[in-house]
Amino acid sequence: MFPGALDSEYTHSLRFVSSTESIPTYQVMDTDGRVLDTANEPQVTKEEALTIYRNMLTLNAMDQVLYEAQRQGRISFYMTSFGEEALIGSAAALEATDMVFGQYREAGVLLQRGFTLPQFMNQCYSNEKDLGKGRQMPIHYGSKAHHFQTISSPLATQIPQAAGAAYALRREGNKQCAICYFGEGAASEGDFHAGLNMAATLGCPVIFYCRNNGYAISTPAVEQYRGDGIASRGIGYGIDTIRVDGNDTWAVYAATKAARAIAVEQNKPVLIEAMTYRVSHHSTSDDSSAYRSKKEVEDWSKRDNPVARMRAWLEHRGWWAHGDDADISKSAKAEVLAAFAAAEKLKKPAVRSLFEDVYDELPPNLQREKAQMDELLKKYPDYYQINDYARS
Amino acid sequence: MFRLLATRCPRRIALARPARCYSAAVEASVEPIRGLPLGVGHSKLLLRSVAAVRASSELQALGVAEGETRKMNMCQAVNDALRLALAADSTAVVFGEDVAFGGVFRCSVGLSDEFGPERIFNTPLTEQGIAGFAIGMAAMGHTAVAEIQFADYIMPAFDQLVNEAAKYRYRSGNEFSAGGLTIRAPCAAVGHGAHYHSQSPEALFAHVPGLKVVVPRSAVQAKGLLLAAIRDPNPTLVFEPKVLYRSAVEEVPVADYALPIGKAEILRPGKDVTVVGYGSQIYALENAIQMVERDMPGVSCELIDLRTILPYDAETVAASVNKTGRLVVSHEAPRTQGFAAELAAEIQERCFLRLESPIERVCGLDVPHPLIFERLYMPCAVRAYEAIKRSLSF
Repeated sequence: MFPGALDSEYTHSLRFVSSTESIPTYQVMDTDGRVLDTANEPQVTKEEALTIYRNMLTLNAMDQVLYEAQRQGRISFYMTSFGEEALIGSAAALEATDMVFGQYREAGVLLQRGFTLPQFMNQCYSNEKDLGKGRQMPIHYGSKAHHFQTISSPLATQIPQAAGAAYALRREGNKQCAICYFGEGAASEGDFHAGLNMAATLGCPVIFYCRNNGYAISTPAVEQYRGDGIASRGIGYGIDTIRVDGNDTWAVYAATKAARAIAVEQNKPVLIEAMTYRVSHHSTSDDSSAYRSKKEVEDWSKRDNPVARMRAWLEHRGWWAHGDDADISKSAKAEVLAAFAAAEKLKKPAVRSLFEDVYDELPPNLQREKAQMDELLKKYPDYYQINDYARS
Repeated sequence: MFRLLATRCPRRIALARPARCYSAAVEASVEPIRGLPLGVGHSKLLLRSVAAVRASSELQALGVAEGETRKMNMCQAVNDALRLALAADSTAVVFGEDVAFGGVFRCSVGLSDEFGPERIFNTPLTEQGIAGFAIGMAAMGHTAVAEIQFADYIMPAFDQLVNEAAKYRYRSGNEFSAGGLTIRAPCAAVGHGAHYHSQSPEALFAHVPGLKVVVPRSAVQAKGLLLAAIRDPNPTLVFEPKVLYRSAVEEVPVADYALPIGKAEILRPGKDVTVVGYGSQIYALENAIQMVERDMPGVSCELIDLRTILPYDAETVAASVNKTGRLVVSHEAPRTQGFAAELAAEIQERCFLRLESPIERVCGLDVPHPLIFERLYMPCAVRAYEAIKRSLSF
């Protein structure tokens, strides 16, 4: 046959292929937290399950506090993860050294990786302890120690990067993979197509994890694409693909675990399309009531709440007592507030970090600009509020 | 060289007194603002009243100074221009990410209801797609007005704009062109945008023959320049400083009018130094001039809004510099390879023997736009004030 389609057979009926069966959505538990097929009962310890659940509650507590902080003008921007908390299940299924390429709504992954509340707060406050040195907007986290590449705002740029990172991991030969998170909107960018195609052709151990939450800011999924979601595209690229219930922590966990095995054992990319719903506004710059009804949002969060599903599962297991939630939420909130108060007191990073890291060292133009800036700050210390910055 | 300057420029001597006066009396001050109200909200350059519109010679020449006006901010003025363009041209369409519900800055609000979803539509999230789609419509002779949600996100469209839109006419021997294409993109700093919601990429596109690049400073300007861009038979990029969307409020003529592309505007005349900028930077320069004139009695500064970055109006700037002998150019984008470098080179070529001091550039720093250091990054009124003083006291 032709070199461009090796397995194709000849046919004598003139037929355009249009629709195929919709790819099913893998589910482990129902919305009441009951495992539907006992063969799928999660193989996890009580401590593992409770860690995931506690992180979900902590994520909620952090989101509540920081969202309010933004509303009060104490930080400049924020994005919450409400409705998408089951994403934490994917992080739980990975090795701690697998490299993460996030989009921006993956704070849960970092929590599961052990990024601390003070680290979150320091970033959102752009203070002197922010690993990113105050240069990026809030929620643009990143940490080498947590194998989490720093978030950048442009969409989908991380997708081909994850393929390249995975290729590097493959060459290192330590059976590690990369995971790349992105939304269904980002999947419309050219970088999505480039990244998946390169990962497939070059045999990259990378998990592409699409958070299909139904909205790209105001644009609903129905205006974003016409095919069978994002999953159908994976098949087009020759990538092993699964669609999962993205609000079902255990479905997410199981799919990611299996995807990881394929990636590192077979040196292949895998695509997971996790179906969920963005209960949050897109960000604090967005008021989603301008394009969707409040009732739609309320109905979703009542009908299919990832946190409630996980709690119900824990209760069925006897690992969680009614009322424990309040204690955990209360202590999580107290921890968040303490970290928040501490972060607020710290100074801005030292002025020298304005010029550092553009390159590994300051080229002549930046040395000159830095010298000019030092003079200007000496001349007008009050106008430039130099006491707000750390001394160095 | 030094000798030549000294003999050819008697103006330096005339300036010596106020310059000395400044250094004696004011140099000791540690506070440069001293109560001066800053920013666009206090600008004297805006046409805030009907009388100001009536008095505008440019609007008079266009025949719209006497007509009805309505108070609009820059966002509403953009919306008004889009509505007029859509009403006048049945091939015109407006599209981009989140455009249908009104856009994230609300510039296209109401248009979908008025003109229908075939003409006002959301696109999938792909800037290269948006630009290529717009070029395709333009190549068919239609009018495509596309929005890139933030200028920072125009980079995936760079290939389409630089290699395609810009060369479409030239490479086809004028068989085809993408002239009906207009790209609108919110640009520049707002105080909390950091790397990816703050950039001013005009110089990147100003390096591309075949494109036009426009940056409006206010509501009246945005309406007239956007209508001109939409009707210009060349692919045109309009970078709208988003900080002005709500803050730049003017009485705007309700009539349909187009301001000239490629023409700078002298905003206030002066005799001692020419100060050139565009977009929101104009208001930092206005404040800097107020500070200089406060501290150096007798000095007057000429302020020019370039308005179009490509093709730019070197004539107006050169004529001004031939009068003043001094030039300060300013923009928010980083200094190195920025548009100020081009203008400085052009003016030194045209006005070499008239220059009495080195051309000063007041620009963003050569770093990615940094969130917490934005106050230091910005070519603010204080830095412009210092540069103008340096120019005057050289």
